[in-house]
Amino acid sequence: MEKQKTRVDDINRERFDFRDADKSGYKTGKGLTADIVTEISKMKNEPAWMLKHRLRSLEIYHRTPLPAWGPPLGKLNMDEIVTYVKPDTGLKSDWNEVPEYIKNTFERLGIPKAERESLAGVGAQYDSEVVYHNIRRELLSQGVIYTDMETAVQEHEDIVKELFMKLVPPQDHKFAALHGAVWSGGSYVYVPEGVRLAIPLQSYFRLNAPGAGQFEHTLIVVEKGASVHFIEGCSAPKYNVLNLHAGCVELYVREGATLRYSTIENWSKNMMNLNTKRALVEKNATIEWISGTFGSNTTMLYPSSILKGEGARSTFTGITFAGNGQHLDTGAKVVHAAPNTSSTVSSRSISKDGGIAVYRSVINILQNASESKSSIVCESLMMDSVSRSDTIPVMDIRNDRVDIGHEAKIGRISDAAIFYLMTRGLPEEEAKAMIVRGFVEPIAKELPLEYAVEMNRLISLELEGTIG
Amino acid sequence: MPKNLLSIKNLCASVDGKRILNGVNMEICPGEVHVLMGPNGAGKSTLANVVMGDPRYRVDAGAVFFEGEDITGEKPDTRARRGMFLSFQAPEEIPGITVENFLRAAKAAYSGEDVKLLPFRKELRAKMSELEMEPSYAARYLNVGFSGGEKKKNEILQMAVLNPKLAILDETDSGLDIDAVKTISESVHRYKNETNAVLIITHITRILQRLPADYIHIMSDGRIVRTSDASLIEEISRGGFASVLG
Repeated sequence: MEKQKTRVDDINRERFDFRDADKSGYKTGKGLTADIVTEISKMKNEPAWMLKHRLRSLEIYHRTPLPAWGPPLGKLNMDEIVTYVKPDTGLKSDWNEVPEYIKNTFERLGIPKAERESLAGVGAQYDSEVVYHNIRRELLSQGVIYTDMETAVQEHEDIVKELFMKLVPPQDHKFAALHGAVWSGGSYVYVPEGVRLAIPLQSYFRLNAPGAGQFEHTLIVVEKGASVHFIEGCSAPKYNVLNLHAGCVELYVREGATLRYSTIENWSKNMMNLNTKRALVEKNATIEWISGTFGSNTTMLYPSSILKGEGARSTFTGITFAGNGQHLDTGAKVVHAAPNTSSTVSSRSISKDGGIAVYRSVINILQNASESKSSIVCESLMMDSVSRSDTIPVMDIRNDRVDIGHEAKIGRISDAAIFYLMTRGLPEEEAKAMIVRGFVEPIAKELPLEYAVEMNRLISLELEGTIG
Repeated sequence: MPKNLLSIKNLCASVDGKRILNGVNMEICPGEVHVLMGPNGAGKSTLANVVMGDPRYRVDAGAVFFEGEDITGEKPDTRARRGMFLSFQAPEEIPGITVENFLRAAKAAYSGEDVKLLPFRKELRAKMSELEMEPSYAARYLNVGFSGGEKKKNEILQMAVLNPKLAILDETDSGLDIDAVKTISESVHRYKNETNAVLIITHITRILQRLPADYIHIMSDGRIVRTSDASLIEEISRGGFASVLG
């Protein structure tokens, strides 16, 4: 009998691939100069220190080479990227005041509906600026702040000045410097001591303009004993030119506080996604990262946790799905900088149709981090022989009294398993999809229900209606 | 003459260029129990897998018919939906998919109908209890961490739920203790009726105590070398395969 090739569907991007006509109110020219950076700062009416920070970052950007490791970035030409695209609207807190076409975009992405049903607050960014921000009134009275970064620079200048790009300094790498120079939009969250938010906050980032960059900055401070779940979503329509996303996330988790930071990233396949996320975790505090990487042409993303205080904890749960033409280099980094700290990293990746999925992690256990624990499990599944999967786990351990576990597994999807499921009546695609769904199950069960649903939809498993 | 359920005509198959089946012929009619025996390496499991459409094997010549239709080039899932079933000798482990979800999806695919959660759950529990399986197994990942015996019971559970027209049991009884063989044998007995058929591949004959065989086939070097009635079993038990292979 003839051996036939079938395929598991690509991620279904239909929901994300629509685009609006470019109606931006203002955009900078292509490329990157001190004039452009100054102009962005002026338009935002920023204090002098921020302009200074931008110009210094630009300088660092110019003298910093591209990273010498990871996926090739040579195709990214900054002279072709428009760094700032202002939508033709100001910031609103009522969807009815947001221009119709932008509102429709977010309606199609399901944001206002989610806000009504399951979120404590929502921010929505369109190209370079946040167009909508709103938070439930009862949270305001508890002192919770959830606003766009520009407003935070104006209204909470002290805290922002103290913390902004201190965890991720512009010297960190070329794209951190770029971010420092041209950042725009993003969210600022402040949760006061002891306040525990029962339902999540969500910011959604939509990049509509072709050939543009998005550089949103997210700064979250969770004070002593407080807790919050922050969800970040992002998508863009597909263009034939490269777009660039170089966001920056800085998280401060104070003593005994808990922050869960969830991202399901679904950029279009013309996106270079070079994102930096870092958390500073103090005594007995917890950071929980949940990270789904499905879209983009190229991604470099390694959420980092600095376990600064005794008893600090970090968990990372990640899933990466690399299809045709995608090179997704993802993982995590943890620095154990105090005794009794613990970290777990659990990562799964799938590659198909020539996609490349790389798992990369660094675990640093410093000399003073006695009695610390770290456990890493990473598994990769390749759907065919043209796809690639690598794992590059690095461990630097400077203390003997620690407990470290590491488990890595890379495998091709098993023909015997596909045959087994097919003999029970399941068509080949469904059999493969079932194996993939089973493979990501340990991750899916970590997700909040609505996100697990979203992930299943993204993986387009065609099992809807048969398993429920 | 009842219409044939399965007809195997001069079937020749190979794997990685190595010929395993050298012209197998077999006819199975509804209501019959067939037993396939033979020394290790004779090609018994290969025959079962090729009949089910395992793409890892190449059919070099001959054909397989199910209910009179040529299915030689069909995919395994199409064959399954015609009503064919194979209980595997070493079933695959599928992490992340529970026995219940898997079987419900399989039943929906098999029958082409919606399978409602609650009635299905009830049916599954009943069938599990007949096989003396703990109800908690329904929520476990398919075959993951199952003992050899549990895997075999799980295969028979699938057979009982899917209710195929033809069940091929590939050494379902090997490696099991006496009680487990009895439980499985009883389950096959319950499933068996005048309209379906069973092909049992076995080394031992204990599984046949509750299940009188109509035909015994002896396979050697990729061929059926002898077909007889159940009396052949006694002969083999006494003198081994050598006595019947001649």
